[in-house]
This record gives sequence, structure tokens and C-alpha cells, in this order.
Amino acid sequence: MAADLFFKSIAELAALLEAKTLSSTELTSALIARKSAVDGRVKAFNSSDDADALAQAAASDARRAAGQARGPLDGIPVGLKDVISVTGQPLTASSKMLANFVSPYDATVTVNLKRAGAVVWGRLNCDEFAMGSSTENSAFGPTANPWDLTRVPGGSSGGSAAALAAGEVIAALGSDTGGSIRQPAALCGVVGLKPTYGLVSRYGLVAFASSLDQIGPFARTVEDAALMLGAIAGHDPLDSTSFKAEIPDYRAGLKQRRPWRLGIPKEYFGAGLDPAVGAAVEKAIAFYKSQGCEIKEVSLPHTQYCLDTYYIIATAEASSNLARFDGIRYGHRAKGAKDMADLYSQSRAEGFGAEVKRRIILGTYVLSSGYYDAYYLRAQKVRTLIRQDFLNAYREVDALLTPTSPMPAFKLGEKSDPLALYLCDIYTIGVNLAGLPALSVPCGFTPGGLPIGLQLIGQPFRESDLLAMAHTYEQAHDWHLKHPSL
Amino acid sequence: MTYEAVIGLEVHVQIRTNSKVFSRVAAGYGQPENTLTDPVILALPGALPVMNKAALDAIIKAGLLLGCDIAPVCKWDRKNYFYPDSPKNYQISQYDQPMCLGGTVEIELPGAARNVMGEHKKIPLTRIHLEEDVGKLNHFAADSLVDYNRAGTPLMEIVSEPAMHTADEAFAYLTSLRATMIYGGISDCDMEKGQLRCDANISIRPVGQKELGVKVELKNLNSISFVRDGIAHEIKRQTAVLEAGGTLVQETRDYDGQTGLSQSLRSKEMAHDYRYFPDPDLMPVRVDEAWQARLRGECPELPFDKQRRLIESYAVPYTITSVLVWDRALADFFEAAAKLSGKAQAVGNWIVNDLLRELGAAKLTLAASKVTPAHIAGLVALIDAGTLLPNAAKEVFIEMFATGDQPGAVMERKGLKAVPVDAGELEQWCRDAIAANPKSLADFKAGKESALNGFKGLVMKAAKGKADPKRVDETLRKLLAGM
Repeated sequence: MAADLFFKSIAELAALLEAKTLSSTELTSALIARKSAVDGRVKAFNSSDDADALAQAAASDARRAAGQARGPLDGIPVGLKDVISVTGQPLTASSKMLANFVSPYDATVTVNLKRAGAVVWGRLNCDEFAMGSSTENSAFGPTANPWDLTRVPGGSSGGSAAALAAGEVIAALGSDTGGSIRQPAALCGVVGLKPTYGLVSRYGLVAFASSLDQIGPFARTVEDAALMLGAIAGHDPLDSTSFKAEIPDYRAGLKQRRPWRLGIPKEYFGAGLDPAVGAAVEKAIAFYKSQGCEIKEVSLPHTQYCLDTYYIIATAEASSNLARFDGIRYGHRAKGAKDMADLYSQSRAEGFGAEVKRRIILGTYVLSSGYYDAYYLRAQKVRTLIRQDFLNAYREVDALLTPTSPMPAFKLGEKSDPLALYLCDIYTIGVNLAGLPALSVPCGFTPGGLPIGLQLIGQPFRESDLLAMAHTYEQAHDWHLKHPSL
Repeated sequence: MTYEAVIGLEVHVQIRTNSKVFSRVAAGYGQPENTLTDPVILALPGALPVMNKAALDAIIKAGLLLGCDIAPVCKWDRKNYFYPDSPKNYQISQYDQPMCLGGTVEIELPGAARNVMGEHKKIPLTRIHLEEDVGKLNHFAADSLVDYNRAGTPLMEIVSEPAMHTADEAFAYLTSLRATMIYGGISDCDMEKGQLRCDANISIRPVGQKELGVKVELKNLNSISFVRDGIAHEIKRQTAVLEAGGTLVQETRDYDGQTGLSQSLRSKEMAHDYRYFPDPDLMPVRVDEAWQARLRGECPELPFDKQRRLIESYAVPYTITSVLVWDRALADFFEAAAKLSGKAQAVGNWIVNDLLRELGAAKLTLAASKVTPAHIAGLVALIDAGTLLPNAAKEVFIEMFATGDQPGAVMERKGLKAVPVDAGELEQWCRDAIAANPKSLADFKAGKESALNGFKGLVMKAAKGKADPKRVDETLRKLLAGM
């Protein structure tokens, strides 16, 4: 029974809970047991408050007994990346800087999940301050890929993807600044959705790069992703960049079947693409063609500038966003500082890891007097061109199909050169720069048994279409039914 | 060599709003430390700013009052620097697109005498922008503590052109600016509470030279008088340095109002690179014509415009208007009383002299006073009709101020109604007075007008104060004319 439980989807579990053949307490207990059994190897969790999770589960069961269940998420344990605040729970951003920080408030997505009845459980590992593509930059050690424990789960939301793939949570939230949901989803064989910028509130998300960050769901199926997105999306008066959009019923939208026009951006199939990944994506394209979709090659001519543009804008914003971590009000404070300047520099030198420091220094540099115009301002202009590339393509097609990641999960420690790691994000970064929605859905395995992800990139606020397209694919394949043996 | 000073002022004005500029928490003063805080103010991980529309309204209104060009879009920038009073280690401010550009502050310089209007000038403004205030550091022997209650209070920075040349001009500028902000309901501008703070940029140059001299920034000018004294002191100091053959360095100096001295805080070499960039957490806000029009409709008449109108419409002297116009409520009170009474000057005198004196003694505001414009108008009417004589009127006023009773009722209750003096009796008192003072008579005939006062005193004494001075004057003059 238990073994079945933790690989089930929200939709399946909701039916069991509804039928009262399963209680949230039983489900939550099963996951806590699963976590105890496997997380010593996967290391997806930074921490978890099991007693609190069981209390939430009991409250859910009580609601259901009273006939007041709140919908499909009620009683479902959902894990949160450790950059999303939950009242009374640690919020470390996988950094020594916040190792002892407990958040006194809920992120808006946390409020929304709690309102939907979900059991908000677990602080999931990630790259420090969401900076990285392998979850190796965590101050608390790397997370392993459940499909091959010697490999990375991707990043930065690697803990979220790995916990889900390992059956430790039923769904999870991550954040995506340059691919941090989609890439680990691809590498761990689960669905990951990065919503349109502004669809989901960022209030309570530890900021990395404000103009790029979005919270989104990890789920076992496209349907589950639709349920999760429906729960967290919507305008938030606490986030000025939150959009006043009508939130459709994403689950109902899954039934849409149209002869979509799908674009294949030629720049996304060049050198550096792993042959097995390329082959799997080609098969997926062929599938859509067989379903009557029009497949069209398109060009996103500024793609080659995405990485440079991203690393200027993201680091500039990060250098400012991370200035608040100074050891004055909270967080790591160095001992024995001589004076104020020393307190700042020692606290930050001790509290931040190498990659975070690298990005703060780069961001500080590009914003410096005399360099702003040459770097930041120019990058913003290129960003506009990159967005325009996508919008031009959408005159001819409804969505784009690409690989999510150029390569499957690589070995822990394999990419010690930061630039090699930055290249993991070449297919995902443009989407953030353009503020578009995109998702990764499993589309096969390498000969070595590593998951491969297909990326669908959609039009602004058309998540419903994107989910329907992915659902069409998923219904005809069984990749999502395969699970790692742990 | 003669030197000319060039002065520019940077004035920070806290905007009076219910909540802070980027968070829902209340703005306020005098609360227990760190109680006016929330995740946004404390810059907790994940907290985000949301703009307070009332603060934007206020700066637009300030700009309209001062004749600035209003930016069509409100854009926010981050000013990055590390200091413990700044919780995010960046301040949300406006860098290259301030909300208001240009504009002027009208000032009045001291006149030749207290009752003579001085020269008016318009001091040009560079810009006004909106930003968030920082917290407050409290230093102790072993450590320093931070109070973030003030952090996030909406703050306008009003920057003048370097267009003033004397400490008096700077004083007049601040006086006028402060009154304008209070008039517009934008701020209470209480300098003791830090609601208005002023830094001065001062340089001197030989008269006739076009280029500006080396600039010194003077900080900590905590009252309008300190601004005047500090600037005067700095001009003297700079002049002394140059006259002694020394050179000035660009620096920031701290002025101590108690000692009247200043000392160097830092030199220019330590200037910051603030790494300004647009705040990605805040969307630009479009301010359309309708928005501006709505606020233009809320703009009151400015103090000097009001003064010119009062002088013209009510024929009241400068000395009265120069008191009235610095307090919008008082000027409104005057206008209401003058309209009811028709005797604007008399009404003005009662307000400026007696009402203000009693308010001051009772430590009351005008709004808390029981005296209304109708009281003043009624009092003036009784005097004018001869029913109430001046000394009795003073007594009535004090009672009326204390009780709020109408002047007529007070007069009746206290038995202060003037007893009509028989014309024959008055004439006899006057004759007696003249007869008793042959020397004064001679003086008066020799053209000495003041000699009349001697007679008046005697008549009043005889009348036990109940004679109407106006009638005494008339009767005396009539009799003297025939002698």
C-alpha cells in the first residue's frame, strides 16, 4: 500500500481521500517514513517539521470528516524549496548566511497552498540563494539524483525535483530564474512549470533576480501541475509585479485538443546538444506532427546573447537584493569584527558561498559608475530584442518545442568550471528574459536510464494552452509512470 | 577682495501619510522602538515593496504648488550603499527621472522696518524626488542600536539651484517652503521631529567671478535659525580661510547649533558609488493629466498670493497680513471674520494681537479655541457702535476666550456696557482739563500734537474710563480749535 502511495499523483490521492479510503494522516505518515528511508541518500531535505505536517494532516482529516474539504489539494503533502517562506519554519536559502533564520511570515504562495488545504511540509534543498544548476552550491551539501545517486538532480530547485522523483513528496514548489524549475524537472523525470512573469506572487520568495524570478510547481503529471498552478496563481496586492490576470480552470483546460502550430527554434538544436536528448525531443516533435499539429522551424536570432544578457541582469539585481544579508538584523554575524565595515565584510565573507560571492561581485561591477551604460543598460536593450524574437515567432506558431536541458544529469563534481555550469541553462534562460511561461515534461530516457525533458514555451499568460499541449503528449506516453528504484 | 556666497539647499520633507511609502505598516513618531515595522521595513528575506499612492499624490501636489513640471511616469531606482540605518542596504529613490523638475519658491527678504514689506524673489528649484526615509542609530558606550520606526517614511528631497547668496535668503526660503508644505497638507514640517531637515551647499567666490568656488556641504541644520546661523558662520569661515591665503577643500561639515561651530565629517575622496538602477520590484506608475488635474483642484492659494489678495481686497496693512498668512487656518479665520464684520483692519488687529496672545498663553491651537470669527466680528461691532469701550472690550475678549460666550452676553453679564456720557458733561470735563494745563495748551497751539494726550488722560480720569476715546478726541479738538 505505502509503496503505491508515494508515487501516486495528486489526482489519484485526492480520489482516495475523497472516498475516505485514505486519510491525510496516513498519507503524510507514509511520506515521512519514505523520507526517513531514502533521504539519507537523496538529501533533498534541508529540514522538515514532521509534527507540524501531521498536525496539518489531522486538521485536513477533521475538515473532511466535517464535510468541509477544500478541494483536490486538501490533505496533500507539498514540499517547498527552501527559498519560500513559511511562518515559524526555517528559511535558509541553503546558505550559511541564513542557517538559523526562521521566517515570521508566510509567502503568498504558502498562504494560497494552506488555503487550498495542502500539508505544507519540508524545506527542500537548492543551490545557495537559487544560484546554480546542480544543487551542488548548497551550504548543506548536494542533493543526489534519485535515478543515479552519483549524479546531480539539476538546479537550482534540485531538492524539489529530487524529493518528488524519490517519492518523498506528492508535489513541490520551486523557483525559476533561468531554468531552476525546468532543468531539474528534466533531469529528475518530473513535470516542472515556470509561469509567466507576474502570474504567481513573489512575496515571500527570497529574491535572487527580481525581474526574472517566478515560483512554479513540480508535479508527477501535467494534471497535477495544473492543479498546483491553479492554487498558487493570482494577483497579489503585496507584489507590485503581480499581474491582474483572470485565472482559468487549468485542469478543465487540459481537455483542449487543437491542431496547434508548434515552432522549432533552430538555434536550440545546435552544438552541445546531447544526441540522446536530441533524439528524444525529435520523437516528441514527430508525435505532435502525428496528432495533426503543424510543425514549423522558426528563428530566435538573439539566442546567442541570452547567456551574457542573463548574467548581467541577474547578477546586477542579485548584488542589490543580497545586500540585506549583512548580519545586522538577522542572519550570520561574524564574531570579533573591528568596526562596522569589518562586520559587514566578515559576516558576508563567512556567510556566502563562492558562487554567490562571484555573482555579487559581477553584479556590483556591472552597475558601477562608468560601466552601467555599457553593461546593464545595454543588457536591458538586448533583453527587449530577445523578448521580441519570441513575440515575432508567436505570430506564426502557438508555442515552441525545445529540449529543456542540453544534457541529462551529469556527475556530482563533474562541472567544476562555473562557465560549464552556466551552459546548462542555454535553453531555459531566454524564457525568463522574455517573461514567458514554459514547462518541462518527461520525454524519454537516455540509454543509461537518465530522464530527458521536453520544453514547451508558450505565450504570455497562456499556461492553459501549454498544459493542454503537454497533457496531450503525456496521455500518449508512460514516461511519468516510471520511477527510480531506491 | 570682496566675496560673494553661493548657496543651494537640499531639504528633506517627510510626507504625512497613514502608512509608510512601500509597506502597509503605520508611519508615525514617538512610538516604542521598532514597533512600526513589518517584514518589508525590516527587509526580511522575500519581502517586497508596494507603493503608497497617497505619497505619490503628495509629491505631485507639492510640485504643482511650486510650479514644477510633473513627470508623466513615476519611476523608482535603487540607491545602493551599506549602512545599518538602511535595512535593505539600498534606498528606494528616484535617480534620473525625479517626479518634479524646475519650479520656484517665492521668498521675502527682511524689509527696511518691521512694518515694511521686504523685497520678493523667486528661488529656482532643480528637482523634487520621492524616496524612503531611513531608520535611526542610537549610539551607546559599547554598541549602537537601530530603531527602524522611521525607516520607510515617505520623504521628499527638494533641491534648490545654487541661487541664494545670503543666510537671510536661505532662512526666507525655508520659511516659505515650510509654509507651502503645511498649506498643502503635505507635511507638518516639525523640525524637532525631523519632518523637515536641511543640508546646505555653500561656496564663495570673488564678486564678479562666474565659476563657483569649492563647495562645502553643511549638515545637521536642525532648526530654521540654525540654518541661518550655520550658513552665516560657514560663509565667514570660508572667507577667513581665503583671506588668510589658505585653500578650501570640498568636504562635508557638521554644524553644531549649540556652539555655533562646524567640523569636518568627510572629504570628497570618500564619496560613494551608489550603483543606481531601476528597482525591478516596482513597476513605473503613469501619472496622467486627469490625475494631475484632480490634485491641482486640491491645491490651496500660496501664502504670498494670499497676502497680496488680503492687502488688496481688505485694505489691511502689511503688518497684519505678514502675521496672518504664515498660518493658513489663521488667515482663513481672518477672512471669515472680516467678511462677517466688514471692518477688516479692526478684526485683523484683534486676531493678530489679542487672539494670538491668548492662544499662546493657553498653549492652544486655533482649532481648539472657543473663539469663532463670529465672536470677533460681534466684538468689533459692539466697539464700533460705542456700546463697548476699548478697555472694557479687552476684558470682554479675555472672558469670551475663556468661555466661548458671545461678546454681547459677556458684556451684559460683567456690566461692561458703556454708559452713554452726556455731551454737556463731556464738554465740561474737557474744558476743565484744558484749563488745568496751560503749558499743554501752549504746546498744542505751537503745533505739538502729542500735547493732546495730556488732556485726554485727565478727561478719562474724570470719566472713570467710561468715555469713548473717539468722542473725547473730537470734543477736545473742537474746543481747542476755538481757543
